[in-house]
Amino acid sequence: MGVEGIGARVVRKEDRRFITGKGRYVDDIKLFGMTHAHFIRSPHAHAKVKRIDSSAAMKMPGVVAVLTGKQIVDDKVGNLICGWAITSKDGSPMKMGAWPAMAPETVRFVGQAVAVVIAETKNLAKDAAEAVTVDYEELPAAPDIRAAIKPGAPQLHPEAPGNVIYDWVIGDEAATKNAFSNAANVVALELTNNRLVPNAMEPRSAVAEYDAAEEHFTLYTTSQNPHVARLVLSAFYNIAPEHKLRVVAPDVGGGFGSKIYVYPEEMVALWASKKVGRPVKWTGDRSEAFLTDAHGRDHLTKAEMAFDKDNKILGLRVKTHANLGAYMSLFSSAVPTYLYATLLSGQYNIPAIHAEVITVYTNTVPVDAYRGAGRPEASFLIERLMETAARQLKVDPAELRRKNFITQFPHQTPVIMAYDIGDFGASLDAALKAIDYAGFPARKTKAKSEGRLRGIGFSCYIEACGIAPSKAVGSLGAGVGLWESAEVRVNPVGTIEVLTGAHSHGQGHETAFAQLVSERFGVPISQVQIVHGDTDKVQFGMGTYGSRSIAVGGTAIVKALEKVEAKGKKIAAHLLEASEGDIVIENGEFKVTGTDKAIALPMVALAAYTAHNLPDGMEPGLKETAFYDPTNFTFPAGAYICEIEIDPSTGKTDFVNFVAADDFGRLINPMIVEGQVHGGLAQGIGQALLEGAVYDGSGQLVTASFMDYAMPRADDLPSFKLNHTPTLCPGNPLGVKGCGEAGAIGASAAVINAITDAIGNNKLEMPATPDRVWHAIHGNA
Amino acid sequence: MSTIKLTVNGKAVATDVEDRTLLVHLLRDHLNLTGTHIGCDTSQCGACVVHIDGRAVKSCTVLVGQAHGSNVTTIEGIAKGEELHPMQAAFRDNHGLQCGYCTPGMIMSAIDIVQRHGGRLDEATVRQELEGNICRCTGYHNIVKSVLDAATRMKVSQAAE
Repeated sequence: MGVEGIGARVVRKEDRRFITGKGRYVDDIKLFGMTHAHFIRSPHAHAKVKRIDSSAAMKMPGVVAVLTGKQIVDDKVGNLICGWAITSKDGSPMKMGAWPAMAPETVRFVGQAVAVVIAETKNLAKDAAEAVTVDYEELPAAPDIRAAIKPGAPQLHPEAPGNVIYDWVIGDEAATKNAFSNAANVVALELTNNRLVPNAMEPRSAVAEYDAAEEHFTLYTTSQNPHVARLVLSAFYNIAPEHKLRVVAPDVGGGFGSKIYVYPEEMVALWASKKVGRPVKWTGDRSEAFLTDAHGRDHLTKAEMAFDKDNKILGLRVKTHANLGAYMSLFSSAVPTYLYATLLSGQYNIPAIHAEVITVYTNTVPVDAYRGAGRPEASFLIERLMETAARQLKVDPAELRRKNFITQFPHQTPVIMAYDIGDFGASLDAALKAIDYAGFPARKTKAKSEGRLRGIGFSCYIEACGIAPSKAVGSLGAGVGLWESAEVRVNPVGTIEVLTGAHSHGQGHETAFAQLVSERFGVPISQVQIVHGDTDKVQFGMGTYGSRSIAVGGTAIVKALEKVEAKGKKIAAHLLEASEGDIVIENGEFKVTGTDKAIALPMVALAAYTAHNLPDGMEPGLKETAFYDPTNFTFPAGAYICEIEIDPSTGKTDFVNFVAADDFGRLINPMIVEGQVHGGLAQGIGQALLEGAVYDGSGQLVTASFMDYAMPRADDLPSFKLNHTPTLCPGNPLGVKGCGEAGAIGASAAVINAITDAIGNNKLEMPATPDRVWHAIHGNA
Repeated sequence: MSTIKLTVNGKAVATDVEDRTLLVHLLRDHLNLTGTHIGCDTSQCGACVVHIDGRAVKSCTVLVGQAHGSNVTTIEGIAKGEELHPMQAAFRDNHGLQCGYCTPGMIMSAIDIVQRHGGRLDEATVRQELEGNICRCTGYHNIVKSVLDAATRMKVSQAAE
């Protein structure tokens, strides 16, 4: 390992601009002649749009245009699409209702846009929006799963009778039935996976510019995947062909999944920029983020697990209803199916699994991937079941897990996934030691003597990351391939630019990716520039989500570096009059092994570009590209243990300790990895204790601000104790697995298991607010 | 419209703006100081924190008229040339930021916290004092570490001055 190579805790290259206020986010961009957009949004959850009168607004100062849903449909801007096809158990395709960028006729959730005001300033646009009259005819609303599937429920889309989008199954139903009929014990649970709002701190924003001379659009946008955005805007939304559309995602202030998707506002900004002939900026405020960003989770599940007389798992049966909101967002269909049910084997040998997933339209904002995306729901289900089983079977929860751990790899689960490697026992052991499990009974007794309830809870999670190989996801219905690309340019002076299709919105790519270059060529990371987020610069890319950047994007960089190294060695051998096989790279120099003959990387690069003296037939230049498609998912896994205390008089939960032992394979920059875990844990704990999106019976989002939706604050959380128990991933040359989502996937079950342990009542829903915990302690009187 | 005069990062500023303009919009839209961010519309998140006459204030809650005649310092104004403020350096060295969006407000709040508490800062106090600043990336673990580290550095640099 070099000073700045793989495994080094290097401080981040990108930080200087952020800590000095020089980050460049979309809302910081100002273009000459720029106008400002403000959307007029439905106050109703379900209604017909009868009439829009903008005549008074058009007379107001500074108003450039008022544009409506009818106009965008008339201009043949395409409806929003869902890019992952799911087939129901009866063989029928999923039932997708039409989603225009602004509603011409029917609104189906509070906050859906019906029109947009374009004006000289944001305030003038807001003023004018007040003067636009929209007549609605209210319709009955179905704001949650139960309301949407009950007989006589309001019908959202004519395409989806009964509001069911698909009814999908996975696993072997007969074998699972057989497992339950042979069971010595069955453990059953009903679970709600609460609906969450991602709430990246930077609200979504779009700046669109149309160049009439070139018939070319540029979109600056808060995107996790600008190339995918361009592809969708071109191929499906008819904005412009790809070569006439540049998408730039500059500094982006967090995503957590919510910035994967192309949203109506970006489509409207592009369309409007051509219509008004001037650049258009839209920046959402937080209220709009709550109302219009894709939400996460929102499952209702019944699950049961069968055990034999030795407490070995025989089978798992799951039925889940998942809320997809009023329209199918870009990857929404994949989240409760292939990102959820394929992980239901957890860390355990489960011979038979059968799961049924029914997705439902409701009069709420669309639901899609949010940090973990399906895997937190799976992990929560399995780990709540295991803890419940341990209590019901009266065995130690750690030992029940250990008895059922998968220990032989590779391991084919009954639900598609083939785990390549892991050591679940090692993670559990590390976590048990870190929390001093042996000392827990004494601590519990002591707390009890002081009038406090102490509990401990486990969560042994596994996830599938990378969301590739492309062939596999294609066979499961994905509309795109999920490989990654990289380009490595060694400049004539020896500095190095790496262009990657991954996108950093907090993950520290500019540092971690530079460390890959430093490792190979021995150059300081200050000589390496990571370029991302611009379709005019980067050849192509699938972006960042699914903890895929290092495993897929990083490997693409390694593949391109290998090609650069091979060519560099040929040049060095030629210049040093040595055999190519004798050239090694040490400290930024190409050396003839066993001699003092050497040539520095910049001299090799210069030779490549002057081309005065290259091997016969060699092309000039030192620049290589690679497209990398993995052979399997990666499988990060780990054990989280949480110890809490509750004041029975208030129901408030306080953390005593939270320990993690994660297996992410090789760590490129442990400092960055640990930061990712901290953030993930905070979101998992937020789900368990604080967060929950609540729509009332009429479909109003009553948790639509930071005053009503409890974001985790510093004093809600503990400091975390992290441990690493790596097994190297055999599927990629770096041995890496991905770390971005683990905390959010594993944390919530550990917290709820700890609280239910403390209070001796297993019936507790998330978020476990003091009110709910108090009632769970004292009864529901 | 009113003419607003104030000092921003040591420079005298006079500008004509609508009376309803908030300080954060004056900074971002009129003075191009885009390091101060807007993360919410209810004065909860703290991404917009600046110093007015040495005190941390959410600039989204201040009408420009209220800031007339005051001395405003933003994230762009705390480094001495190339030399980072100890709080900035501590955030970098402790990985106290990820996406960077809440960071300017965090740093401006944290400086104020250290100044008010002097050497009497501990983890619990830092966590309570950060109540008005929301971060979605870091889980606050490394932010708390950064603030405690900076408290030591600021003491040292004060002693040296």
